[in-house]
Amino acid sequence: MRIHEFQAKELLRRYGVPVPLGEMAQTPESVRKIALQLGTKVVIKAQIHAGGRGKAGGILFAETPEDAYRKAKKLIGRTLVTAQTGPEGKRVQKVMVERLTPVRKEMYLALIISRARGMECPVFMASSIGGMEIEKIATKAPEELATVAVHPAVGFSPFQGRKLAGGLGLKDSLREQLTDIVKNIYDFFVQNDALLVEINPLGIDDQERLVALDAKIQFDEDALFRHPKLKELQDVTQVDPLEWESLAAGFRYIVLDGDVGCIINGAGLAMATMDLIKLAGGKPANFLDVGGGASPGQIAQAFRILASHPNVKVILINVFGGILRCDWVAAGLCEAVPKMRRDIPVVIRLQGTNKEEGRRLLKEADFHFETAEGLFEAVQKAVSLT
Amino acid sequence: MAILFDKNSRVVSQGITGETGRFHTREAIKFGTRIVAGVAVGKGETFFDGIPVYDRVVDAVKRHGTNASGIYVPPASAMDAIIEQIEAGISLIVCVTEGIPLHDMVKVKQALKGSASRMIGPNCPGITTPGDGKIGFMPNFIHKKGHVGVVSKSGTLTYEIIWQLTQMGIGQSTSVGIGGDPIVGSDFVDILALFEQDSQTKLIVLIGEIGGDAEHEAADFIKEKMKKPVVAFVAGRTSPPGKRMGHAGAIIGGARETAQEKEKALKRAGATIAENPVEIGVVVKEILAGAYTRS
Repeated sequence: MRIHEFQAKELLRRYGVPVPLGEMAQTPESVRKIALQLGTKVVIKAQIHAGGRGKAGGILFAETPEDAYRKAKKLIGRTLVTAQTGPEGKRVQKVMVERLTPVRKEMYLALIISRARGMECPVFMASSIGGMEIEKIATKAPEELATVAVHPAVGFSPFQGRKLAGGLGLKDSLREQLTDIVKNIYDFFVQNDALLVEINPLGIDDQERLVALDAKIQFDEDALFRHPKLKELQDVTQVDPLEWESLAAGFRYIVLDGDVGCIINGAGLAMATMDLIKLAGGKPANFLDVGGGASPGQIAQAFRILASHPNVKVILINVFGGILRCDWVAAGLCEAVPKMRRDIPVVIRLQGTNKEEGRRLLKEADFHFETAEGLFEAVQKAVSLT
Repeated sequence: MAILFDKNSRVVSQGITGETGRFHTREAIKFGTRIVAGVAVGKGETFFDGIPVYDRVVDAVKRHGTNASGIYVPPASAMDAIIEQIEAGISLIVCVTEGIPLHDMVKVKQALKGSASRMIGPNCPGITTPGDGKIGFMPNFIHKKGHVGVVSKSGTLTYEIIWQLTQMGIGQSTSVGIGGDPIVGSDFVDILALFEQDSQTKLIVLIGEIGGDAEHEAADFIKEKMKKPVVAFVAGRTSPPGKRMGHAGAIIGGARETAQEKEKALKRAGATIAENPVEIGVVVKEILAGAYTRS
C-alpha cells in the first residue's frame, strides 16, 4: 500500500527524521494561509501516487503567499501525466506546501527488504547522487551505491550508519546525523511492516543539516491486519476504481490495453493465458485472478466487472479447478452472463475439480457460449471472435 | 526415489480442524498419504476422522515420529506455526498459507538457517510424489508416476502442465510448487539441486514467472552444476511493469525481472525454452526420446 508524501513525512517526523516544515492543503486559499504562516519562499508539491512529478509540472515554487495562491489554483484539480502515471494521468486533489529548503547537495537513501538468495533481510541503499530514480543511479554510477544489510535478529547497529556515511562521503556532524536518521528509519520500518522507505533526495541544507526533501513509503498489505491506523492512510482516489472494487471483492484485476477479456483462477495461469492470447495474435484486455476460494457470487461479480469494461470484445473464462470447483464457476456464470447488457461472445473452458457438473450446468443454461477442451484451443477461439 | 516426499514420510497436518486443513487432509489421504497426526490449538487429545489431534507439534513428533508437515493456518499465525515446526525438528515443512507478512518471512528464513528443516512455500500448492502421497492441494487426478521432476512458482498453471504431461503418458517423480511470494523457504536452486541428485528424475520442467531474480539464479545453477536436461517456461511476457500480477512476488521491478530476460538467461544456461506452455509436453517427449542432448 502506498501513501502520500505528506503522510510519509509526518510518520517519519514522529520517528525523529528531519523533514521541512509544511502542511497539506486542498484549496488555493489554504495554500495561501500556510505560505503566510511559513513566512518564507515555499514549494507546492502535487500529492499523487506516482513519481516524476517535477518534470510533469507537479512541483512549483512560490515567492509570496499570493504567488503560492495563484500557482496552487493552477495545480489543484489538474490531471497530472508523469512518466509513471500512464497516459490517463492522476488528478491532483491535495498538495503539500513546504518551506523551501536551500540545499547544497542532494543524496539518495532507501531501506527495502532484499529478496536476493541468502540475503533475505532489510537492506539500506545510499548514494551521493540524489534526485533521480534509483535504477538510473544504479546504472549510471554503480560505484556510488553503498549497501548495508541488517541482520533481522540482531537489528541495527550504529556502525552500519557510519558505514553508509562513509559511502556518502559524510564526516563529523553529518555522519552522526545520518547514523541517527538511519537508525530511526530502521525502527520505523520494522515496527510498521514497511516494504519501502525512500528518501530521494536527502538534502544537506545551508546550515549543514540533513533533511528529507521527499519521502516515499510502501506498507505490506498483508500486514495491515496488525496496523489498523495505517490502513486509514490509504487514499482510494489514487487506485483505479474497478481495480479497487475487485480487491474489495477478493480478487486481483488489472486493466490492460487490449480487447480480449479473461477470467482465470491462479496468477500464474492468468499470466500464461495472457501470453497465449498474444501468441494467438490477440491482445489481453486485463489480468483477472479469481483465486482459489471464489464463490459463485464472486465469479458473477468478476464477470460483471469485466463486461463493464468498454474495450472488451470477447470474454474468455479459463479455469483449472483445484480448490476452486468448476460447478461453482458455472453457477456464477449462469447468474451473470444472461444479465450482461452488451452482446459480447463468451468462451468457456472448464477443467479439473467437478468439471462434469460444471459443464452440465452450463449446458442447461439459457445463454450462448463457445467452449473448448484445451487451453490453447480456447484462447485461439476467443481471439478469433474479436 | 523421488525428492523430499516419499513412502517414509509421516505427515502431521497443522490446522487440521480448519476448513482448508480438513478438506486437504482428506484429499491427501485419498491420494495415499500417511497422515499420522493433526495439530489444532485447543483441540488436543481429540480425533479428526480417526486421526489423533494434539495442541502441540512436539507431541505429534513424540507419539508418531512425524517427519513432514502441512501447515494450513491463517496468515496471522503462520510464522508461529512454522517456527514451532522448525523447533520440533520436522524435516519437511510445507506451508500453503497465502498472505504471510514479508517481515515474518524474513524471520522465518533466519530460523530455517542451520536448522534441520527444509520448508516449501508459503503461498504454494505443495508437493506431490505420485505413488507415495502429497502435502498441499494439487488436484489428485492430474498426476502419474514417472521420471520428470516439476518445479514451479505457480499453482493452477502447474496443474495444467502436469495434467498435460500425464495425458501424454509422461509421469512425474515429484512435483514441487515453491510459491509465488518474494521470500520462500526453498527456491528453484534448492529444488534443482535435489532433482539433479535424484536417480528417478531424468528431466526437470521449471515454470517461472516475472519478478525477482530466482530464475536468473536457477540459470547460473543449471549452467554450472547440472547435467540433466531442463525445460523451462516463464509466465508474464505480456505483463506490464510495476504492477503486481496476483502473486506478491510477481512484479517487474527492473529489466532483469521480465519474462524475456529470464528466458534468455535460462536458454544461455542450456535449458530448452517452451514459448508456448501447451507445447511443454511435446518438448519433454522429444528430449526423453533422445532427440536432444544438452549443449
